[in-house]
Amino acid sequence: MKRVGVLALQGAVREHVQSIEACGAKAIPVKWPRDLEELDALVLPGGESTAMRRLIDRYGLMEPLRDFAQSGRPMFGTCAGLILLAREVVGQDRPHLGVMDVAVERNSFGRQIDSFEAELAVAGIEEPFNAVFIRAPHIISAGPQTQILCEHNGKIVMARNGQFLGCSFHPELTDDHRITNYFLNMIPGGTGTLLPNGTLYSKV
Amino acid sequence: MSEHGTDRVKRGMAEMQKGGVIMDVVNAEQARIAEAAGATAVMALERVPSDIRRDGGVARMADPHITEEVMKAVSIPVMAKARIGHIVEARVLEAMGVDYIDESEVLTPADEEFHLLKNQYTVPFVCGCRNLGEAARRIGEGASMLRTKGEPGTGNIVEAVRHLRQVNAEVRKVVTMSEDELMTEARNLGASYEFLKEVKRLGRLPVVNFAAGGVATPADAALMMELGADGVFVGSGIFKSDNPERFARAIVEATTHYQDYKLIAELSKDLGIAMKGIEISTIAAGERMQERGW
Repeated sequence: MKRVGVLALQGAVREHVQSIEACGAKAIPVKWPRDLEELDALVLPGGESTAMRRLIDRYGLMEPLRDFAQSGRPMFGTCAGLILLAREVVGQDRPHLGVMDVAVERNSFGRQIDSFEAELAVAGIEEPFNAVFIRAPHIISAGPQTQILCEHNGKIVMARNGQFLGCSFHPELTDDHRITNYFLNMIPGGTGTLLPNGTLYSKV
Repeated sequence: MSEHGTDRVKRGMAEMQKGGVIMDVVNAEQARIAEAAGATAVMALERVPSDIRRDGGVARMADPHITEEVMKAVSIPVMAKARIGHIVEARVLEAMGVDYIDESEVLTPADEEFHLLKNQYTVPFVCGCRNLGEAARRIGEGASMLRTKGEPGTGNIVEAVRHLRQVNAEVRKVVTMSEDELMTEARNLGASYEFLKEVKRLGRLPVVNFAAGGVATPADAALMMELGADGVFVGSGIFKSDNPERFARAIVEATTHYQDYKLIAELSKDLGIAMKGIEISTIAAGERMQERGW
């Protein structure tokens, strides 16, 4: 069984754990550098990126997370997780991990009253995907090796750059596990244990 | 097509706060300290609860200038308090674009009978509760997040423990009840039958529940997490302590690593003096904020 870590400093950890397990992999909460050992992939969940960043620094997780990225294993960031992965964050001198070749802008849809849900067309997934955006960031530009998987009202909200998958919205807040499933299929040899696209789809 | 202010969008915002600490602040400088310490949100208000308790008089929504300053100062979500039942204070805060409204017993209630009908707003609300019935009524009105009330401004954790244990014990009871017992339980708790069915099906409350009202130390915050809170609100505990920056950081870290006792010991060393607490029995019954609302 594939072992998928979820960075568990703060945020929507429980939801990602449930989604990973619903797709037939084992979910491991990650709080310390040692928790990153023997993982096949890692999810950086939604939450508050500034709060997570402080805890990453405080508990010596920055280098181990960059090493994890360096090792080529898949990483998936949702919302705050996407901000942590991005090569550039608008308005900040330096990125956080800076490993995924995209530039992101925080809170770019506005404050909480501007948060919304919408039906999206995601490349490779049968339409529609009901997505929840909460004080969401969006991808303002993406490198040449980055595949745009979804746009909403002209803004890039999901992309893949090799081993890195990132989205502005929160697939973990719905019972639709197809994007988690997509991510798990990025693990080498991951396909066999997983259900095909669509079979876990339930519109809530 | 996009939809704003749905239950999922409003409750989802609270889900993102889980495992975090929401701190009371009264100005931009405190807000920056809170953000730098790793707070997941700040609550903008004019006076922290212990000052409200000391000063007496009527406590109202903060001067919008303060709330605006805080919103400009930080990039994390900003919450603000409206009086229980005060429709206009809530609408004003919504119009200002605050991210979450606390319909709060810390302020003097505007309505002693009716709470706000929160599902009519786009902005989400957090409300206090002391038991499952109160939680059910607030969620029924549209609250997207709960916090157990505790006794605000006391620096005494005892009421926060009582309320969190009470809510969780009642949830466990409902989960183990058979379906044919739920209607009677609904009558006893003053909760709707549909709500109890949902709690039974989920095995937990349908919204995030933080602990509040008395958290003064890193160990207090960890205790609330140990007892099953999704996160903590710290009111007077940080900016009424000797060293707010250190207290803020230590409380954030203790909340994340709430079962790492060696770490909590380290975090608690030489922190300086916590806020001076109040023994609950010395507060006259009429002065207890937790009795406000029903």
